[in-house]
Amino acid sequence: MELLIQSLIYGILIGGLYAIIGIGMTLIMGVLGIINLAHGQLMMVAMYITWILWQYASIDPYMSIFITIPIVFLLGQGISKFLLFPLIKKESILPENQVLMTVGIGMVLVEFARSLFASDYRSVRTGYSESSIHLGNISLHVPLVIAFVIAVIFTFALFVLLMKTDLGRSIRATAQDREAATLMGVSAKKITIFTYGLGSALVATAGVLLLPVYYLFPDVGPVFTVKAFVITILGGLGSPIGAIAGGLVLGIAETFGATYISMGYRDAVGLVIFILVLVFMPGGLKQLTKI
Amino acid sequence: MRVNNLHVFLNFEIFILLTAVAAPFIFSFSPYFQGLLIFVMIWIVMGTSWNLLAGYTGLVSFGHAAYFGIGAYAAALPYFHWGISPWWGLLTGGVSALILGYLLGKIVFRLRGPYFALGTLALAEILRIVFGEEIWLTNGHSGILYMTTWVSKYPYYFVALSLAIGAIVSVKYVMRTKAGFFFLSIREDEVAAEALGINTRKYKNIATAISSFWAGMAGAFYMIYMGFIDPEVVFALHNISIITILVGILGGVGTIWGPAVGAVIMVLVQEVFRSSIFGLAPQWVAKFHALVFGLLVIFVILFMAGGVVGDWNLVTAKFRRTKHAEKS
Repeated sequence: MELLIQSLIYGILIGGLYAIIGIGMTLIMGVLGIINLAHGQLMMVAMYITWILWQYASIDPYMSIFITIPIVFLLGQGISKFLLFPLIKKESILPENQVLMTVGIGMVLVEFARSLFASDYRSVRTGYSESSIHLGNISLHVPLVIAFVIAVIFTFALFVLLMKTDLGRSIRATAQDREAATLMGVSAKKITIFTYGLGSALVATAGVLLLPVYYLFPDVGPVFTVKAFVITILGGLGSPIGAIAGGLVLGIAETFGATYISMGYRDAVGLVIFILVLVFMPGGLKQLTKI
Repeated sequence: MRVNNLHVFLNFEIFILLTAVAAPFIFSFSPYFQGLLIFVMIWIVMGTSWNLLAGYTGLVSFGHAAYFGIGAYAAALPYFHWGISPWWGLLTGGVSALILGYLLGKIVFRLRGPYFALGTLALAEILRIVFGEEIWLTNGHSGILYMTTWVSKYPYYFVALSLAIGAIVSVKYVMRTKAGFFFLSIREDEVAAEALGINTRKYKNIATAISSFWAGMAGAFYMIYMGFIDPEVVFALHNISIITILVGILGGVGTIWGPAVGAVIMVLVQEVFRSSIFGLAPQWVAKFHALVFGLLVIFVILFMAGGVVGDWNLVTAKFRRTKHAEKS
């Protein structure tokens, strides 16, 4: 029973992080209509920036949010402005051209990191890295709890942005119907570029929060890219609430898989759920909640 | 006029073939370069196989490593368990990949466009994890080791060359038959193709069968040639699936010679930079070999959407224009 509760709590905590990775992906999918296969790689970039700040300037990983996120936001905007947006008008045999471009971008980011930092494993170990809170027999890993709280705050702020501001309304309008939004005076180009930046910033947040409890190497990204699209499909395309639900479901399912099946199959659980959802419930959780 | 064109074209193909046959003898001084030629051939098989599925039929597979890996394990597992020579893999590898392709097709053909891409990617990843975890069957991450038959590279090269020729010829042949036109119609508009009475499921299966067969053969050959495989190598998402796609895109999707050109460019660019531009540039250049290839891919997608072969007239036009400019 304790094992069950412990797994459940751990799953929810990690699920909170997965949720912001997923929201970033789902926004990009909704507005740009593409799968961003450079998603985890952008997270890797954020993690390296955080690591550099910690290693050479002794800036606490959680404080470096204020530096890392704007940098990755600008990087994302640059990528969409110069590399993805020009492809919309291009004629090509495969409509998946933009997706293939994100593959290329992801590869360049990874190889750039590899040429600068080599393939060594790195980690950020702060004073509170190993500490945990005990509630009865349940133990909570402190950095993970902090990460979860910050992730919730960011998610909340994002919903305020999406629901209450003009910018957010424009993003949702473009995601719903690009043509109609353009006719209403929304600059689809600006929104497209901004959304990719926003998605990058969100996944960067997850990267910064994950760094104190995880480790870092150039190939850390692809695993999270895969998780991101699993969450997105699970939650339903273009639905931020679905992405939160999807993130939590994935976090809990993975933890249970690791606890009750085997540690090695941890990453396979999400993929199996993904295939099942694609085949039997193509709308994802959105189909149930209608949001 | 038409006969004349055909004549020129045949000459071109014979020239390529002769060059390919002569290549290992030209590089006889260096087994290292001969090894590179063998890798070019493996990538030609992989790229051509992917191109039939993605470039001609419009099924953009992100999980070609699944077929490659299954082919490699089809060669390796009988050896590991019963001591049967991996060379039998050249029979079993392609066939088992073909069967896998049929089974996976039952799942992924329900999906369209990006969902298909993600579905294939996820299935290949699941296979990678399963082959890594089921140690009783596959020896897990310790992999399977086999003492290769020959030290000389020549026999391996000619096996690889015949696989490459087989792949290219089969794609070229099938694209001239009715099935080939059905593939194109599925790529252009699947719903319209179905409305015209084409059994799209059947023709998708045929395309997958040919494609997965050659990918499986490439995998089996990889096992025979390298003598060592483990799941992280043969089911690799980046090093197999993604690189296969990039080879196809670089050369040109939906062209016969595209993947071959892409494979040559890929190996060439990486090797030139790995050797620091033949030792002329400082040592640190070597670190950027994969980065340069990635940048090249981005450049090609951005400015030559049809790939090097697909947009060849665009390339030549650029040069011609600059020539004119020089004259005037």
